[in-house]
Amino acid sequence: MTPEAASGWRPALAPALRLRHDPVRGKDLLVLPERVVVLEGSGGTVVGLCDGTRTVQGIVGELAERFPGAPVAATVPAFLDSLRREGWLT
Amino acid sequence: MTAPSAFSPPPPWALLAELTHACPLHCPYCSNPLDLARRSRELTTEEWEDVLRQAGELGVVHTHLSGGEPLLRPDLERIVAAAEDAGIYTQLVTSGTGLDEARLAALTAAGLRSVQLSVQHADPRAGDRIAGRAGSFAAKEHAARLVRRAGLPLGLNVVLHRGNLDAVDALLDLAVAWGADRVELANTQYYGWGLLNRAALMPTRDQLARARQTVERRREQLAGRTDLVWVVPDYFDGVAKPCMGGWGAVSLTVAPDGTVLPCPAAASIPGLDPPGVRDHPLAWIWRHSPAFNRFRGTDWMTGPCRGCPRREEDFGGCRCQAFALTGDAARTDPACALSPDHHLVREQTEADRAVAPPYVYRRPGAAPLPAPARAAVTEDA
Ligand code: SF4
Ligand code: SF4
Repeated sequence: MTPEAASGWRPALAPALRLRHDPVRGKDLLVLPERVVVLEGSGGTVVGLCDGTRTVQGIVGELAERFPGAPVAATVPAFLDSLRREGWLT
Repeated sequence: MTAPSAFSPPPPWALLAELTHACPLHCPYCSNPLDLARRSRELTTEEWEDVLRQAGELGVVHTHLSGGEPLLRPDLERIVAAAEDAGIYTQLVTSGTGLDEARLAALTAAGLRSVQLSVQHADPRAGDRIAGRAGSFAAKEHAARLVRRAGLPLGLNVVLHRGNLDAVDALLDLAVAWGADRVELANTQYYGWGLLNRAALMPTRDQLARARQTVERRREQLAGRTDLVWVVPDYFDGVAKPCMGGWGAVSLTVAPDGTVLPCPAAASIPGLDPPGVRDHPLAWIWRHSPAFNRFRGTDWMTGPCRGCPRREEDFGGCRCQAFALTGDAARTDPACALSPDHHLVREQTEADRAVAPPYVYRRPGAAPLPAPARAAVTEDA
């Protein structure tokens, strides 16, 4: 597990960003001041849980319940950390 | 050309809303057309609300509310709210003049997400001289402070030219001091008033080389704090820019009078006959209008672009620039070193201009009238 994910970090979307579903393209999007990021797969569901109240452990736990058998513990912390490095999660 | 009815292009991501051509500033590089739209021709509040609703349904997720100076629209809050209702992320592109705390609070309450502020120079007097308005720099400084205090992301946008390229270092200091999240250093694109003022704005190769070095040095320092974007000087690089991400590929522009264009400068192309939102639904305009299909894809290409390995990356450059310099919008962009017309660009970059001509400031009536308008005047007389 990455250091940030192991600490008490409670991920939240950076203020400039907006997470939304795009019904025209059938995708979840992260919209930034100058660009749009398409979140593939269940990326949007994961980011949707980043509301500043849940720890990384909490997010992993909720996803594990929703998607039994998915390798969430192995993939989600690294995914969140990569979004943090981009400055999209704080 | 692709038959419009047989082909449905992917939906647009972005809409540039030019809410008005009116502006308190008079920048000589302004890319607005010489023939500025009169305020009486502007779309009404309800028309803009409808445009944004249609844009959201079409797939637009991002809009730049621009102009002219969009703050001159007293209904800007309602336009922002309409975008927000349509799920569209809004960025205000402003000169800063006319922004006060109450206005910004109202815009934020309506859903405004971010602000891009134009800056002409790091030195207040030089900035005011370029903008053609005393006090404009101070207004920007004030606006930046308000935006930061409101917690909105702030971008600075600097159009670079002969008169400010030597101040790039100071401009980046200013961006840090003002708390900008992002700085766009955009070398002048020669359209509209910028084309009219080309000889006055054209930098020297030395100026550009120094500015480039500064940018590389500062980019490392600023990494992780301030995003630094350098928009290349296509005249000097010999490389055509991928204008608008392709004609009718990513974004559309709605002019103050409701004319819809694949690129803000495209109104200059004769015979394009751009459609308007007062006559057609936005979806039809995007998918089926002859103007949007005219230069889609690669079938229309001529000269060295045909069969060029880069044609899917730069789309043959800019159609408006090809027209402005050669009189034929379907030719290879002369900025490309492979273009048979590239000498037209080299003549400009190599011209020996010890003294630059004075600016023609952007003001209604300050530019020579375009040919059809002149003919009309002559007939009247
Ligand atoms: S470039 Fe200058 S004159 Fe043109 S719209 Fe922007 S602020 Fe106004
Ligand atoms: S020839 Fe055309 S496609 Fe090839 S690089 Fe030049 S502009 Fe681009």
